[in-house]
Amino acid sequence: MTLTLQVRHRFEGFALDVDVTTPPGVTVLFGPSGSGKTTLVNAVAGLLRPDAGRIAAGDWVLMDTAARRWLPPHRRRLGYIFQEGRLFPHMTVRQNLAYGRWFAPRDARGESFDRVVEMLGIGHLLGRRPGALSGGEKSRVAIGRALLAGPRLILADEPLAALDEARKAEILPYFERLRDEVSVPILYVSHASAEVARLATTVVALRNGKVAAVGPPGQVLGDAGAMGARGASSVLTATVVAHHDDGLTELANPAGRLWLPEIPDPPGSVIRVQIMANDVILARGRPEGLSAQTILAGTVARMLPGPGPGVMVHVAVAGQEIVARITRRAAEQMGLRNGDSVHVILKTLSVARDHVGAMPDRTATA
Amino acid sequence: MWEGLAGWLGPAEWEAVRLSARVALWATLVSLPFGIVVAYVLARWEFPGKQLLNGLVHLPLILPPVVTGYLLLLALGRRGPVGQWLEAWFGIVVAFRWTGAAVAAGVMAFPLMVRAIRLAIEAVDPKLEAAAGTLGASRPWVFLTVTLPLILPGIIAGAILAFAKAIGEFGATITFVSNIPGQTQTMPLAIYAFLQVPGGQDAAARLAVVAIVIALGALLLSEFVARRVARVVGGR
Repeated sequence: MTLTLQVRHRFEGFALDVDVTTPPGVTVLFGPSGSGKTTLVNAVAGLLRPDAGRIAAGDWVLMDTAARRWLPPHRRRLGYIFQEGRLFPHMTVRQNLAYGRWFAPRDARGESFDRVVEMLGIGHLLGRRPGALSGGEKSRVAIGRALLAGPRLILADEPLAALDEARKAEILPYFERLRDEVSVPILYVSHASAEVARLATTVVALRNGKVAAVGPPGQVLGDAGAMGARGASSVLTATVVAHHDDGLTELANPAGRLWLPEIPDPPGSVIRVQIMANDVILARGRPEGLSAQTILAGTVARMLPGPGPGVMVHVAVAGQEIVARITRRAAEQMGLRNGDSVHVILKTLSVARDHVGAMPDRTATA
Repeated sequence: MWEGLAGWLGPAEWEAVRLSARVALWATLVSLPFGIVVAYVLARWEFPGKQLLNGLVHLPLILPPVVTGYLLLLALGRRGPVGQWLEAWFGIVVAFRWTGAAVAAGVMAFPLMVRAIRLAIEAVDPKLEAAAGTLGASRPWVFLTVTLPLILPGIIAGAILAFAKAIGEFGATITFVSNIPGQTQTMPLAIYAFLQVPGGQDAAARLAVVAIVIALGALLLSEFVARRVARVVGGR
């Protein structure tokens, strides 16, 4: 199911003007605070009535000002996962989970209660009230509650922003499972590029209420214009080969071997790795006697002058693209041109744990 | 216990206690739904004339009770516009009846009830109600399943406060429905009447004791119930 977001809305001092259609899967709205992400999601949820536009998930039209259609929030068939969870404090976890289900039409109760409880690992919490849950547990219950409402569209508004790093690492895999195991489109709001790299099928980068870039994460994350030069990164996919005794995980990619600090995924699993453009070193010849463990061969595809003293060098590496941000001075000394052969050098320990995530095991299905 | 109490009190005093309880109970129960609606409107809606409604609700709190009683007499008396209409259509006469005493008590207690419930509603996070909406609950369902349970402690506190106020109401009652033993002579009116006649001090003192016990009991009960409910509602 494609997601159509055409919204025009004007506040005092702020205008939102978005027109994108994204393929099935997870659409991540990405941008700094004040870029209009939450406004857009609230328009989708019906908590805000935009001046004009059309919002639809497949053929399920939530609003269309041209056709004078506007569904109130409770008829939109949503599963909205809020940043603060917003669990009902007077109900048990079981009652919270069952709340949306009770209002859903009988033929629309997609996921089974037991399956969702099992997937989120919240079976032992069913009798408790939200006051007695930890932050991570609340988040999982909030995901379950949204899922069990039998939604046609799942919304998540920075669901991890209020959690500390350890809790984030605990919850992100559940969103990956949601993406891979549930066939409902997901609109996910985030300002963290690591979440984009791990979750997104499509990224919509917002800036000042306008769309700065749309596309798959590999493409949008490497776009210095949309991400800012310091935030630019690329996403590589690779297969886990083995875990070694010295605390490193070996991965294979058509371009060569990658080394990462140990990750929990078993050998054979395909993962995504986000690599920050600032962490990449380029070399003309294959370097010797270097401490960096990962060296991949590629060719320069594009060079884009960025803001400041840097150049964004996009290197094609066996069908994937790695973005390196190097100084203009270095690019001139190396005499880099499009089509040149280069070696991409990655420092193993520069890859943070939350930059590594599971890969969707199904390609987007309609 | 009741027989003992009835034996300790004289028949006229016992009559006044029972009448007071009946008047206060009905005043509280009948005004409660209106109190919840008005509190919700004042807490959550914005409309022109909101301050007027707010003022109207609070009027009995700031007016001299005798004035409120007089206004009730003008409106609901047998010659009053509302009184005539009530008698013609429903055959209801409230003037100089115990029902009139209940009306007076209810009107006087209304502002206290609304204030308590309004505070409770304002403490409910509207984001929770919005969340319930996105999960498929229409406005009335959101109110019934989220708002109402969360404001229950406030409703109980407001109701008990109103009950205690209704038990003690004097000025509006005596002005509106007079002081008729067995009909409109509630406890405070009976105490007043006993103090007007020689040798009535003992009866007045006994009724005063009952009044103190009821007031204290209501207060303790409201604390206890509100705390229990808050524990359940508060998510522990």
